[in-house]
Amino acid sequence: MPLVNMTVNGRPVAREVEANTLLVLFLRETLRLTGTHVGCDTTQCGACVVHVNGRAVKSCTTLALSCEDAEVVTIEGLSDGEALHPMQAAFREHHGLQCGYCTPGMIMSAVGMVRRLGTDLDRDTIRDELEGNICRCTGYQNIVEAIRAGALAMADRPDA
Amino acid sequence: MYPFDYHRCASAEEAKALLAELGDGRLLAGGQSLLPMMKLRFVMTGNVIDLRDCEELRGIDIGSGAVTIGAMTRHVDVASSKELATALPVLAELAGGIGDPLVRAQGTMGGSIANNDPAADYPAACLGLGATILTTAGEIAADDFFLGVFETALAEGELVTGVRYPVPAAAAYMKFRHPASRFALAGVFVARAMDGLRIAVTGAGSQGVFRWHEAEAALTADFAPEALDGAELDTSDLNSDIHADADYRGHLVRVMAARAVRKILAANR
Amino acid sequence: MREFGIGQSLPRTEDLRLVRGTGRYTDDIAPAGSARMYVLRSQHAFARIGGIAIDAALEVPGVLAILTGADATADGLGGFTSMVRRTGPDGQPNFEPPFAVIARDVTRYVGEPVAVIVAETLNAAKDAAELIEVDYEAQPCVADLALADAPGAPLVWEQCPGNLCVLTEVGDKSATDDAFARAAHVAQVDFRISRVAVSTMEPRTAVAEWSEADQRFTLHASIQNPHMSREQLAGVLGLPSHRIRAVALDVGGGFGLKGVPHPELALVMWAARRVGRPVRWTSERSEGFLADCHARDQIVHAELALDEEARFLGLRVRVKANFGAYLSLAGVHCALGNIGGLSGVYVLPAIHGEIRGLFTHTVPIGPYRGAGRPEASMMIERVIDVAARDLGMDPAELRRRNLIPADRMPYDTGFVFTYDSGDFPASQAKVQEISDWNGFERRRAGAWARGRLRGIGMAHVIEIAAGQLDEMGAIEVDTSGAIAVTTGMQNHGQGHETMYRQLIAEFMHVPPDKVSVRDCDTDQIPYGFGTGGSRSAVVAGFLLETLASKVIAKGKQVAAIMLEVEPDQIDYREGAVFAARDSNRSATLAEVARFAHQPMHLPPGFEGGLSHRQMTRLAGPTFPNGCHVCEVEIDPETGHLDFVGYWVSEDVGKAINPMIVKGQVHGGVVQGLGQALGEYIHYDEEGQLATGSFMDYQMPRALDMPAIGIVSSDTPSRNNPLGIKGCGEGGTVGALPAAMNAIADALGPLGITNFDMPATPQRLWRAIRDAGGMPHAMAAE
Repeated sequence: MPLVNMTVNGRPVAREVEANTLLVLFLRETLRLTGTHVGCDTTQCGACVVHVNGRAVKSCTTLALSCEDAEVVTIEGLSDGEALHPMQAAFREHHGLQCGYCTPGMIMSAVGMVRRLGTDLDRDTIRDELEGNICRCTGYQNIVEAIRAGALAMADRPDA
Repeated sequence: MYPFDYHRCASAEEAKALLAELGDGRLLAGGQSLLPMMKLRFVMTGNVIDLRDCEELRGIDIGSGAVTIGAMTRHVDVASSKELATALPVLAELAGGIGDPLVRAQGTMGGSIANNDPAADYPAACLGLGATILTTAGEIAADDFFLGVFETALAEGELVTGVRYPVPAAAAYMKFRHPASRFALAGVFVARAMDGLRIAVTGAGSQGVFRWHEAEAALTADFAPEALDGAELDTSDLNSDIHADADYRGHLVRVMAARAVRKILAANR
Repeated sequence: MREFGIGQSLPRTEDLRLVRGTGRYTDDIAPAGSARMYVLRSQHAFARIGGIAIDAALEVPGVLAILTGADATADGLGGFTSMVRRTGPDGQPNFEPPFAVIARDVTRYVGEPVAVIVAETLNAAKDAAELIEVDYEAQPCVADLALADAPGAPLVWEQCPGNLCVLTEVGDKSATDDAFARAAHVAQVDFRISRVAVSTMEPRTAVAEWSEADQRFTLHASIQNPHMSREQLAGVLGLPSHRIRAVALDVGGGFGLKGVPHPELALVMWAARRVGRPVRWTSERSEGFLADCHARDQIVHAELALDEEARFLGLRVRVKANFGAYLSLAGVHCALGNIGGLSGVYVLPAIHGEIRGLFTHTVPIGPYRGAGRPEASMMIERVIDVAARDLGMDPAELRRRNLIPADRMPYDTGFVFTYDSGDFPASQAKVQEISDWNGFERRRAGAWARGRLRGIGMAHVIEIAAGQLDEMGAIEVDTSGAIAVTTGMQNHGQGHETMYRQLIAEFMHVPPDKVSVRDCDTDQIPYGFGTGGSRSAVVAGFLLETLASKVIAKGKQVAAIMLEVEPDQIDYREGAVFAARDSNRSATLAEVARFAHQPMHLPPGFEGGLSHRQMTRLAGPTFPNGCHVCEVEIDPETGHLDFVGYWVSEDVGKAINPMIVKGQVHGGVVQGLGQALGEYIHYDEEGQLATGSFMDYQMPRALDMPAIGIVSSDTPSRNNPLGIKGCGEGGTVGALPAAMNAIADALGPLGITNFDMPATPQRLWRAIRDAGGMPHAMAAE
């Protein structure tokens, strides 16, 4: 089996994987990082979003082997120790989650959104940018509010 | 996913050589079309050749009268290019409307063109602008490149390396999204190019992207949305499914074309 | 308000793990040595199975077992049963085929399990599945409800001529006939309530282990009701139910779907026992479209009789409801169990309904948020709008004129429900105000000037909540004074863990960080009805208040011993302190709890510990209600629809956590709007599913959905001491009719009177075109 090396949440990992292993399954089954979820099989729902080399991507549509030498950050690696990342805190504060299943992908997408578009996001932009993330519980309204607030909070945390 | 062997290469030439050597291989660019098909076991291949290290195939080059974009340039980089926003804004806008932000972070122009999904956006841009597809074997005019659904003029072992887009006098792309898949139900690219007026339609044709010649003639005579009313559109060549039958798709093609014309007129005003 | 108590919008406790990705969903559990299960499904809607060849598949490396219907017969596997029975066309109890967990010699819907492959990896199982040869002899089928009772339609079950399973009447036929005979005007409408897929974001999933030593299963599954699921699974597997431990950890959305035991739960247990290893199964999304119970799917004719003053005299409905190929646990219930909602919030003297439940060659119907409530609400609220149009009246005025006045509460509708409380006129007035209902015609004119159609729709909501009155719970205080709460209700997004802490803070003055909430686990508590029917807040409020008062009473007895006073001299005070009245002696809850666990200090015969477990029964159900307004704009050129405004006034009684209530309203509304806009399941003539993935099934996206304005119009319930009414389903119940009324209002000026959901662009465009398009005169108005 081929070997893959990558950094996941700041830690180097080297594992043998079948070539047809998707990044999401590598994270969930091999590394047991189960915060990244699978919600569809057609690359649409975004429950699996992680950051690869700083970009928010769908880990269900990425081969693990394509992430050789990549920096991968999952929802488990977003916060710095005890304190929640500002976007995680905003999702909680604004009730931007109910069952929580889409939430890791939503949060990783939201952080990616802020990194691309800045910290002052209007609600229409946020809705537009959520094209690749589906939620069944919240009706999106509180997710939009959470992302808007989380983005503003990230302005005060340049490291986030 | 069926099993396969994984290879990575750092240049188009290397990929070409590997393809020839392996015989049975699929190129992986951004993977946003290929991997979904492989996941559902629609595609079986013995080898996957990952082009992610082909840095030479990435980049946007603004020339005089034309813009050349490397095949491995991601949609997000086309969409957010400041240079392109000035030189060929219609293309940046089109790239910014492909899929969703997460797909755009990985999907590439070359991958989209070589795949030639009948509802993809880039083929409409290529055909609408009269672009030239650059390959490891030479150059292919867009008019000769898109042959049918998931079919192109690429020969066995030939790779797309980039696309050269002539800069038109004016252009606009309007699409109506499929409510579920969010691909184009009908996307119409209208360009007043150096060599005349071109209209390319994606999402609607049963054979994939096509030029709507009747509308080109009508708009050449009179560049006004009303001119489209008289342009014939053979709906028997259009797709029909539960989301949009040929009648509706044909109608959407007209509406999107008219909106593109209006957009161009408004921009020139 | 008490700190952390009832009425506060506390951020949720469960979020602390869920936003970090450290939730514990079923597929996150991968017991050592577990194998994977894959289900081979029928490709035909109706076929005889001549044989199944598995030899080649068994050769695939990593395959552990392949099980078919023949094995199931040999092992005596049964099927699931329906929770309710009604009458069939002959007046006898309706025919009930068991909901089979695997096909024997006939398959009756596309997606029915035909073989189970257990393998080391999912890929190996799928490879093997491709090598299984099933000899199908396809039969003509009927998948469309409209055709199910047509003469000559293929029969799903020979025992049911015309595919008619249930034929039942509700209400008073002769009184209703009289009302229509007297009517000055009769409004009528025909519509279809589309078939939808529940589509929880977490697919259904399960992990089963069989312990040979204990002769017992452990099932971790994504389910809403471990206890009820366990009963049903025990029936299928032929075991006493105590031989199954069923546990639900974090569950990624349920909406009713996961309250229905599905075949794969039984199959994964069966497989685990057969191979002697833990077995995991997780549905893929496309698989879920085939195999998850679908919902709704009714064809309705409704008539409303009105007098000269436009007062309602009677309502008559005829309903055809699809049951699918088998009866799921709640299939019959969804068509009939919540029909009481027909009476709405109105003085409606006579109601009669005839409901026909039909089999088709489709996956069984199950519940989805509302489970019959949105359907009943559609019937009354749509026909009111039709009546208003007929009479040239403002639909808001027509409603206002017929509302049950607040001073008539409690109100016996004369149909099914007796409402305990509610102020419907106030609720309507509030939503009219925040939606600027009276200013709508200006907005319509503005839209027309822009070449857009615009419509507004109103719908009142009233729904029965907490209809299942019984529940069991326990409060256990440990020696540190920390409290553990256990109930038979399961949390899958509703915020139980936070709500219970707020209730404990209210009743026992203990801060949230000293309270833990146990997983819903059949080993933790002997009974539970589970979560569903908007019941948890109502039931938990009463249950935990009862349990808390018992624990405090016990604590007083213990404190009395500690403090050497009489129990009636002890007060339980702020800060969780037991204090002796008229003295300065006191003991904290922790001290009392510690003392209670030291029997040597207690008198002989005194029962130690500080815990209480019991069942409670509510005095009656509650009736959360509200009034919804939806506003839409339609581009007549493309048929694209935008929800441009949405407003709700809601009466949930006393809200435990208003933030959570609003979230439930948002989510419920969007599920209703999603169905109105574009979600629909479509089977073709061969019974093949044409909308089998998110590529074809339109899940609502953020961009498709409006911001929702909410105003509360709460009146406390009289059926429980806290006045709680519940809030889970109302959003959907209101949104479906409000949206369809708004769409009808937008299309009305074109003369379109019969537009059915879903309002997809193609369907809207075609309706508008067939009506002659948007006249230029209108656009210029």
